[in-house]
Amino acid sequence: MSGILVVAEHRQGELSDSVPELVGLANGLKEGLGGPLMVAVIAQDPSAFSDQVNLAGVDEIVQVPVSVAEFQPDVWEAALQKLVAEKGASVVMTPHSVDGWGYAPTLAAANGYGFASDVLETKVDGGEVVAVRPGYGEKVHMEVGFPGKDAVVLTVRSGEHPVVEESGSAEVTTAEAPDVTPRSEHKRFIEPESGGGVDLSQEEFIMSIGRGISDEENVEQFSELAEEIGAALGCSRPIADNGWLPKAHQVGQSGTTASNCKFYLALGISGSVQHQAGMKHVDSIVAVNTDPEAPIFSVAKYGVVADIFDIAEELRPHFE
Amino acid sequence: MKILVPVKQVATLDEEFELQEDELDVDHDFCEYDINEWDDYSLEEALQIKEANEGQEVEVIALTVGDDDAEDALRTCMAKGADRAVRIWDDAMEGADPMAIARAIAKFVEQEKPDLVFAGVQSSDQAFAQTGMQVAALLGWPHAAVVNNLDYTPGAGTATVRRELEGGLEEEVEVQVPAVMTIQLGINDPRYASLKGIKQAKSRPIDEYSPADLGLSEDEMGASGSLSQVRKVYVPEKGQAEMIEGTPAEQAARLAEIIKEFKGAAS
Ligand SMILES: Cc1cc2nc3c(=O)[nH]c(=O)nc-3n(C[C@H](O)[C@H](O)[C@H](O)COP(=O)(O)OP(=O)(O)OC[C@H]3O[C@@H](n4cnc5c(N)ncnc54)[C@H](O)[C@@H]3O)c2cc1C
Repeated sequence: MSGILVVAEHRQGELSDSVPELVGLANGLKEGLGGPLMVAVIAQDPSAFSDQVNLAGVDEIVQVPVSVAEFQPDVWEAALQKLVAEKGASVVMTPHSVDGWGYAPTLAAANGYGFASDVLETKVDGGEVVAVRPGYGEKVHMEVGFPGKDAVVLTVRSGEHPVVEESGSAEVTTAEAPDVTPRSEHKRFIEPESGGGVDLSQEEFIMSIGRGISDEENVEQFSELAEEIGAALGCSRPIADNGWLPKAHQVGQSGTTASNCKFYLALGISGSVQHQAGMKHVDSIVAVNTDPEAPIFSVAKYGVVADIFDIAEELRPHFE
Repeated sequence: MKILVPVKQVATLDEEFELQEDELDVDHDFCEYDINEWDDYSLEEALQIKEANEGQEVEVIALTVGDDDAEDALRTCMAKGADRAVRIWDDAMEGADPMAIARAIAKFVEQEKPDLVFAGVQSSDQAFAQTGMQVAALLGWPHAAVVNNLDYTPGAGTATVRRELEGGLEEEVEVQVPAVMTIQLGINDPRYASLKGIKQAKSRPIDEYSPADLGLSEDEMGASGSLSQVRKVYVPEKGQAEMIEGTPAEQAARLAEIIKEFKGAAS
């Protein structure tokens, strides 16, 4: 078997940003592995995305028309299983996204394919695919292989690879999806509540607090500090989950992306990949954390290993 | 009805740590263990269904696949109110990836026939985000990943759930039951174990099975039952921030300077 199948995720009629990135990664893999690079578009009207996924390096766009308008795991799994068999793909690449988590592990488990999630890098060694993924809260990397597996499914972390912008000259084909009865049904989308005047995507200077503030009663003093230094107040997820700040303040994958931010001050935030998803693009990140090994320091420009309460107290007088 | 809650004892690495000699894992002497954060939420969700339906006999079973040390996670679950605790292990499970773990869980499900399986979305140490879904695949059950709201009445043929997508968007989905769901942070407000609960949990039995007892063959355990194999573990080169040293007062002074520089340049 050979060939790479990239899954083009989409939602509410919009193609996921992950596609040009996955194609970039797949192009690299194709060099070592050989075989065609295919993009599978599973959608009610897959042709709507054909131009967008026709990127440099893509040999074939496989349109798979299905009856469901939005993601449904049974439909996607069945369609991909059939494509892998028909096209002889040896690698299936999907984003490490919420929908990806709903069909990629089941696709691999049901068919005995190799599987690795949250993949950061791929390479070919002795004709076989090797993936690199993080372990132990990002403190190590592990190289994993898939001995004896004809096909391998990889969910790939976003924001790690160059995107392909150039368009290509792929052949467009159509494949029939197997007839399955979905066992779950999409009912509706629920848009995020508006933030009551908070829109962190517009802010240039954000000071965010994380679980390091320990207690709800400490929110107030950091909120005052943010005001004194002229920053908008953001937070990591546990702060919003605990109800200490409204969800609109949450930065990250399931919160807001700090799109316009130029300066990000992270206080007591470890820097999980999901938090980084909303801020790691910011030019100037300053992190304060007691743990010198916190992953946030690997994206920060400046790091301060210290207690945020001490730093907050010492910072104030400079802004009076 | 029964709800099965698979839980994991997760490892946190000390600040300084070493790798095993074979470089296939970290040296476990440098790990501290605790129950996976996501599993607090999945257990809580099961307990809340039980408590909201008292007339209906809802049984909550906590299960872990792990060696003796993993019993701590089960004791925590019992202290919070799990009715039963189950531990599956055999040294042949050593080297298992999530799929081999999922195989053991699925075998237990076949034997015990719960109506719902609530796994955590991911674990805080390895963040595989796959075990729960692979259990569903092995069983051939309906499933939903990343559930942050759940509406289920015991006995009903479907559950209405919300899946948390990216950017604050959510999706409402109706899922046929029996089903496997992976439960997301923030779905509820997990309780703390009471002192009394902790004390009682110490003396309660834990049902132990070997994967073979459940019908798993040797080649489905450990590395041979896995979909991947670790070839090497290493400490990556990371981008590293410029560190601001000194006393907190000195660090804060430099930080204030940096902030003022930025604000000066921005205005
Ligand atoms: C699907 C999905 C979506 C998610 N979406 C998001 C999201 O949008 N945003 C988000 O933030 N998370 C998100 N998460 C959760 C994410 O995985 C982490 O759990 C979360 O970001 C951790 O928040 P934290 O850094 O504040 O807490 P922790 O990871 O607990 O870190 C706290 C940090 O504070 C430090 N600290 C403690 N006390 C002090 C002190 N006194 N002084 C200085 N430092 C101190 C500690 O060393 C530690 O590094 C998501 C997870 C999933 C699975």
